[in-house]
Amino acid sequence: MAHRMPVQPGEVIDRSDIRRFLWNGKPVSGFAGDTVASALAASGVSIFSRSFKYHRPRGILTADHHDPNLFVQVGDEPNVGAGHRLVEDGMVVDAQGVWPSLRFDLRSANRLVGRFLTPGFYYKTFMRPRPLRPLYQRVLRRFGVGGTVSDHATPVHPEKRYAHPDVLVAGGGPAGMAAAIAAAGTGARVLLVEESHQLGGHLRYTGDETLGLLAELREEVAATDGIEVLTDAVVTGRYDHNWVAVVNRNGAREQLIKARVKCLVVAAGKIERPYVFAGNDLPGVMLSGAALRLMNLWAVAPGSRAVVVAANDSGDAVVEHLERGGVEVVETVDLRTPGRRLVRARGRQRVAEVEIADGQTVEADLLVTAVGWTTATSLLNMAGDLPVYHPPAARFLPGSLPDDVLATGGIVGDGSPDQIITHGRAVGIEAGRRALRRASDWAQSTPRAVSPSPLAAGEPAEIPHLEPAAHPEIFAGPTDGFVDFSEDIRGKDLALAASEGYDSIELSKRYTTATMGPIQGKLEAVNAVAMHAEATGATIAETGTTTWRPPYAPVTLGALAGSDDDPIRRSPMHDWHVERGATPLIAGQWIRPDHYGDPSAEVRNTRSNVGLIDVSPLGKIDLRGADVPKLLEFVLINRWSKLAVGRVRYGAMCAEDGVVLDDGVTARLAEDRYYMTTTSSGAGRVWNWLDEWLQTSFPGWDVLMTAVTDGYAAINVAGPASRRLLERLVEGVDLSRHAFGYMHARSGMVAGVADCILLRTGFTGELSFELHVPAGHGLHVWTSLLDTGADLGVAPFGVEAQRIMRLEKGHLIVGQDTDGLTKAHAAALGWAVKADKPDFAGRPELVWEGASGPDRMLVSVQPADPQLVPPEASQIVDGAAIVGRITSSRMSPTLERGVCLALVDAALAQPGTSLAIRLPDGTNAAAHVMEHHAHFDPEGERARG
Amino acid sequence: MLLILCPHCGPRNADEFSFGGELVRRPGPDTGQESWRAYLYTKENLAGWEREQWFHGSGCRRFLEVERNTITNEIRLVRDVAEGTA
Repeated sequence: MAHRMPVQPGEVIDRSDIRRFLWNGKPVSGFAGDTVASALAASGVSIFSRSFKYHRPRGILTADHHDPNLFVQVGDEPNVGAGHRLVEDGMVVDAQGVWPSLRFDLRSANRLVGRFLTPGFYYKTFMRPRPLRPLYQRVLRRFGVGGTVSDHATPVHPEKRYAHPDVLVAGGGPAGMAAAIAAAGTGARVLLVEESHQLGGHLRYTGDETLGLLAELREEVAATDGIEVLTDAVVTGRYDHNWVAVVNRNGAREQLIKARVKCLVVAAGKIERPYVFAGNDLPGVMLSGAALRLMNLWAVAPGSRAVVVAANDSGDAVVEHLERGGVEVVETVDLRTPGRRLVRARGRQRVAEVEIADGQTVEADLLVTAVGWTTATSLLNMAGDLPVYHPPAARFLPGSLPDDVLATGGIVGDGSPDQIITHGRAVGIEAGRRALRRASDWAQSTPRAVSPSPLAAGEPAEIPHLEPAAHPEIFAGPTDGFVDFSEDIRGKDLALAASEGYDSIELSKRYTTATMGPIQGKLEAVNAVAMHAEATGATIAETGTTTWRPPYAPVTLGALAGSDDDPIRRSPMHDWHVERGATPLIAGQWIRPDHYGDPSAEVRNTRSNVGLIDVSPLGKIDLRGADVPKLLEFVLINRWSKLAVGRVRYGAMCAEDGVVLDDGVTARLAEDRYYMTTTSSGAGRVWNWLDEWLQTSFPGWDVLMTAVTDGYAAINVAGPASRRLLERLVEGVDLSRHAFGYMHARSGMVAGVADCILLRTGFTGELSFELHVPAGHGLHVWTSLLDTGADLGVAPFGVEAQRIMRLEKGHLIVGQDTDGLTKAHAAALGWAVKADKPDFAGRPELVWEGASGPDRMLVSVQPADPQLVPPEASQIVDGAAIVGRITSSRMSPTLERGVCLALVDAALAQPGTSLAIRLPDGTNAAAHVMEHHAHFDPEGERARG
Repeated sequence: MLLILCPHCGPRNADEFSFGGELVRRPGPDTGQESWRAYLYTKENLAGWEREQWFHGSGCRRFLEVERNTITNEIRLVRDVAEGTA
């Protein structure tokens, strides 16, 4: 740690706690509290990375989280900001994208061809010949400087957090701390977010005389109730209605916090601007803030012979601090003095000499510049503000802010620490008042939901004026240098873009990519605007800035992704299926048994003996009240008014455009009690659809609707032996075919479980009973059926066997055999459309479809080759024209041949029509349209059995 | 994300709601094709204050009428649709 200085009064390192880590494979040590960059700088490292385009050596520029030159790889983690990440024992830190080594990067030869790497270079050069583009891409990728992600990295699933602070203060400098304290004093709950590891902003490193004030502010923050402090966290975005994204960096374990904020206070401060001159990116050329931070926070000497270029008091301070720290200041170039200029810096791996105005050259290993500020107005811009350029201060200032956003600190103006704190306190009081007023607005608007706040908002606080300090408009020296360090853009690149016609700053940004790197304009935006203004002959105010968009600071994709929290729904019999080795099928949120090994065997057993399928995911809606028949008549296309108690009927539902929405059966269990089932995937949609009609069109109707999908387990017992099986378990219901016929419904007791619903319906085409049993007893009834029916050959079947059996019967599945344009007639549901009903959802379209005839029809199809099962979605063709498609296809174990449903042009829907199915190998297979929709048992005798 | 002041539940994030588009009047079932198709497909697409339907599916499950400014996203009225029709 050769460059470590004696103990500094404000240092943040613990010299008793030594941390050892690896830098490019070599051991390095630092102290607890060191950043990776400060520890390396203390050890004499000056090159940290290679630049994006020209692979030039780069070193410390800002020494904080904004530094564009300090992205490194830490273990498996790419693109870590070494100016921010604290050192830990055992860390493995490497430079990114260097080859073969950081000090000697072969690709720095790009420098020699730099005159070819102009803006738009990639667009202009690597376009032709077109077949070579993939090769160009592979080669160019290797020239990128990003880190690498290991396939073996441990995945992390950081939980997101939701926060509801009254006031969120973005920035924990003196103004932000004062605002937080004052806001909390009004009774507001405050979230104070600071990107650095400590509160304090510039007070931490700009002078010993304010350290006492800093300590007092920190103590006051800690002692004030209602302030939650997040350091090492950053506000990355402000969205509609003060929805604010905070990334809690939390070391390497980033967490995204989504905050709904009643009043946002932006105290993001000022960011120091680099100066544009030849050699401005050499290691050893840094901003005054970097030098002050290195010396005062980490006690690192940034060099030994310094030239300081100053245009403001930060430059004056750095001279004083360098001298006090034992760094020789060989030359101070005060740009406020007429005639003083900085021409260029020269050096190979580091700055070695500095040329100043009168042709004089000074040997130095450190060049510090203090030439101006950029206001961090990003969050204000996201809130709709357009920052205004203020020439006397040479920076942009807030324009007009919405009511729920306030700004304080350096973003607004300058002053003594006391003036800044006074401003912050006033803004904090006003923020608390506005937050209280908002809370009271919410309570008044929603009296049923929110109780009124006991606190009353007072009079608007008087916010003192904070005058921005005068500053010369200095952006570039007489030579050209880098404007955007992340993207390797120079002033001449911006001038070229302007001369090529990219005469708006927004166009220039997109063409040159200036401000589009990881620093997102925080250092380079104002310089880019100044260069562009000079090239176009406009003023900076006329040029304006580019639009600041989220994220303000880099965010890891892991933090945005968060944990995998999709809900999973399981039937009460789920564990049984798993124990029996069922192959799972993901169906929306449900996990269902697809099959238990052999779906064909499951079909054969169900057709010849008896099978059970768990159909618990079916949507189930309990409907009660005198007006239920009116509701059914309205939402279903067929007739319902005459459904007798104890009967069940198939119904189809269409949207207002006539397109089939869902289908299912509805039973009338009692005079005023109906029980509707929907498809599994349509359960939520149908529930909402019914509610929408009831609430928006028929609010006076007497209908009580309850979704009971999870309240009942459902089991379909299908097969010739199903009645015999149920006779052993059902009490109080006569199951004989005369007493309980096809399409009848009963309530009764099954396996000792009361209040079960029995429906004699059959998707499979077999004699079948659908049992809906209270969910808690589902597994009991399921296992009772299996235990009791062993001698009858009872066996479970899965979703695949059910799909085969329904296809053998030609029953459609909404969404599988219909699409977003299939109306009822086209879905072969024309028989159900009761156009004589005065009104129902979709009626006009269905009347018109019925009158003109559908343009397509759903038909059953069999290929001529019985062994052929054309893939689902295969096209049906007529020469070059597509005239339909296969919507469902399976090998039927019952018929031992391929069976299909297809949507075909209406002209081809007649039974016996020959069709040509285009197979994946490009050949056509012959097929024909069937007379009946059911491939098997077209008369339906088995279901009625 | 928008904040919607649900009259039943209080201020809630818009992701608890589903957007139902502009409030439109359903013509009678015997209307002509032109007016029916206008009801289905033709939207005002206003730049400014718009009356919309939102469904609070992850809350009270009520259908709400919302007046929202499509330019600023400001919301000035939220009420139960049933209250509006009553």
